[in-house]
Amino acid sequence: MTDAALPRRQPFALRFPSVMIFLAILALFTVGVTILSEGFGIGVISTSFIKTLGKTLCLCLVALAMDLVWGYCGILSLGHMAFFGIGGYAIGMWLMYARTEIIVLESLAAAELPPTAQEVSDGIATQIFGVVGSSEFPPIWAFAHSLPLQLAAVIIVPGLLALVFGWLAFRSRVTGVYLSILTQAMTLALSLHLFQNDSGLRGNNGLSGLQNLPGLDDVPQATVSLWFFWASALALGLGYVLCAWIVSGKFGSVIRAIRDDEARVRFLGYPVEAFKLVIFTLTAVIAGIAGALYYPQAGIVNPAEIAPIASIYLAVWVAIGGRGRLYGAVIGAAFVSLLSTWFTGGQAPDINLGFYTISWVDWWTVLLGLSFVAVTLFAPKGIGGLVDILIDRKSPNRHGADLGPDQGALREQEADK
Amino acid sequence: MSTLLEVSGVSVSFDGFKAINNLSFQIADAELRAVIGPNGAGKTTFMDIITGKTKPDEGRVIYGDKGASLLKMSESKIAQAGVGRKFQRPTVFEDQSVFDNLMMALKKTRGPLAVLFFKPSHEDKDKVADLADQIGLSGALHRKSGELSHGQKQWLEIGMLLAQDPRLLLVDEPAAGMTPAEREHTTDILREAAKTRAVVVVEHDMEFVRRLECKVTVLHEGSVLAEGSLDHVTKNEQVIEVYLGR
Repeated sequence: MTDAALPRRQPFALRFPSVMIFLAILALFTVGVTILSEGFGIGVISTSFIKTLGKTLCLCLVALAMDLVWGYCGILSLGHMAFFGIGGYAIGMWLMYARTEIIVLESLAAAELPPTAQEVSDGIATQIFGVVGSSEFPPIWAFAHSLPLQLAAVIIVPGLLALVFGWLAFRSRVTGVYLSILTQAMTLALSLHLFQNDSGLRGNNGLSGLQNLPGLDDVPQATVSLWFFWASALALGLGYVLCAWIVSGKFGSVIRAIRDDEARVRFLGYPVEAFKLVIFTLTAVIAGIAGALYYPQAGIVNPAEIAPIASIYLAVWVAIGGRGRLYGAVIGAAFVSLLSTWFTGGQAPDINLGFYTISWVDWWTVLLGLSFVAVTLFAPKGIGGLVDILIDRKSPNRHGADLGPDQGALREQEADK
Repeated sequence: MSTLLEVSGVSVSFDGFKAINNLSFQIADAELRAVIGPNGAGKTTFMDIITGKTKPDEGRVIYGDKGASLLKMSESKIAQAGVGRKFQRPTVFEDQSVFDNLMMALKKTRGPLAVLFFKPSHEDKDKVADLADQIGLSGALHRKSGELSHGQKQWLEIGMLLAQDPRLLLVDEPAAGMTPAEREHTTDILREAAKTRAVVVVEHDMEFVRRLECKVTVLHEGSVLAEGSLDHVTKNEQVIEVYLGR
């Protein structure tokens, strides 16, 4: 008992074996997929499936962010996909601008006089905005010519929006379901704004052709898809380590305490609002980065991507995977989004009942809804709870009481030892 | 002894009901004080006002050497200034170990960045171990606090308060739901704590108050009815009428 009385400072890896296991699995997966790919390997996995896998890794990353803000800090944000979309738009603007610039320069090169800067700019604007009946760059595109500035925007714009939104919401002590509704309103307002043609971001057309990297037309998509796949895997790995580091220390202690009993944390002297704001902003930035990696693989980003339902799906993934544990979020996002691709892609065999044919393209959302309800009722720990069964962890008996009075507090059935 | 906390002329009403009515109260450094009163006397509201949870309609709450007004401070700022509070129901963070609970409460910089890069030193760990010893939980440091018994949770919460190292400790019904042996231990902890700081104990149980051997303030309908030793106030006819005589 004496040596166990106080925890000794062990290396990070030993204290959190799950991080090492996760990184090992991710590395194996990345190498495996590369070997089986068309671009660098034996060609078993098609390029489009590589893209699906790469996109899934990005969804896992944004699910990690969601788990941090909801599973650990108890803020049920239903607006994080807005930050994800903004990340996609930020990188998409540069991709579209730079590629169109090359095309315009090529076509103008045939002219007798060398084109002026104004002619080039007008040419690009006509190409990009012709579809919404405009031929001028809106002010929002001021930095689109610069990759570093747009990369900075991937981090700064979601971060700033989250900071302002969070500051307004948290300082007014908006919590629980009211905050969820506010975040839904935020993502809805943003998507409605972007749907307008004069929003400056091509209205409902969105930004397209993002899969083509400017100046790299010679590189086949089989190769480009792997580049993005690797980048997504790297981002997920780094994101996982960052999240694990945050939740492992005293900061993690405090945010879990905020989740379970906010008022008590205040009386301990912690500025609860500041902690929430840090987590909200940080996770928005992570979501932005995930989006910036996702949309070049998807090829197109449009306002429908940040519709309110997208953020609700995000919460469903985390709930099904098991909130309050990082690997749960990853498992949930990967499992549900891949399954969703399978069902909605028309690959799942329809079930003929004689009088009615269940076509999964239509019925998948119903199945997803039912499984969400079932998980919430019967297996609140989600898929991640299977790990507890495997390593035989039992929960202490809390006599049916939740872990705290707050709405984000873990329920007794969700908590572990 | 100098005055640590001075509450004067404080009133607060909820939907027309006067929960606190022109209440005045003083406590010095290193003093143990029991506050008693029937249900609805305003004991909990009184604590809410001091800790910043409820803002009074009128009156002043002055605290500390510089005479700062607590009414202008947020809950977390008041806690940082050295006012600790124990709730009626034990509120510990059940999902976390006893060690984590105590470490969180330990007096340190409370800002998010300082907390993010915080690494407990040997000193901090020793302090936590000492505290766990005081509250009789050194064998349970690594247990989830959700597993503890009701009495152990009460102690853990008192331990967390001591870890905050407050100058003023507000304790709401610490003996509720405890066994006689646990009550005795709790009395010891509180009397020990009152040697170096001000402790206000709100309690229903007269036997428990008697064992604290301290000055008693009787609240009734939101104001002070009587103040003095327990024997003194129990002889007061008004007190007998509203509280003890029933």
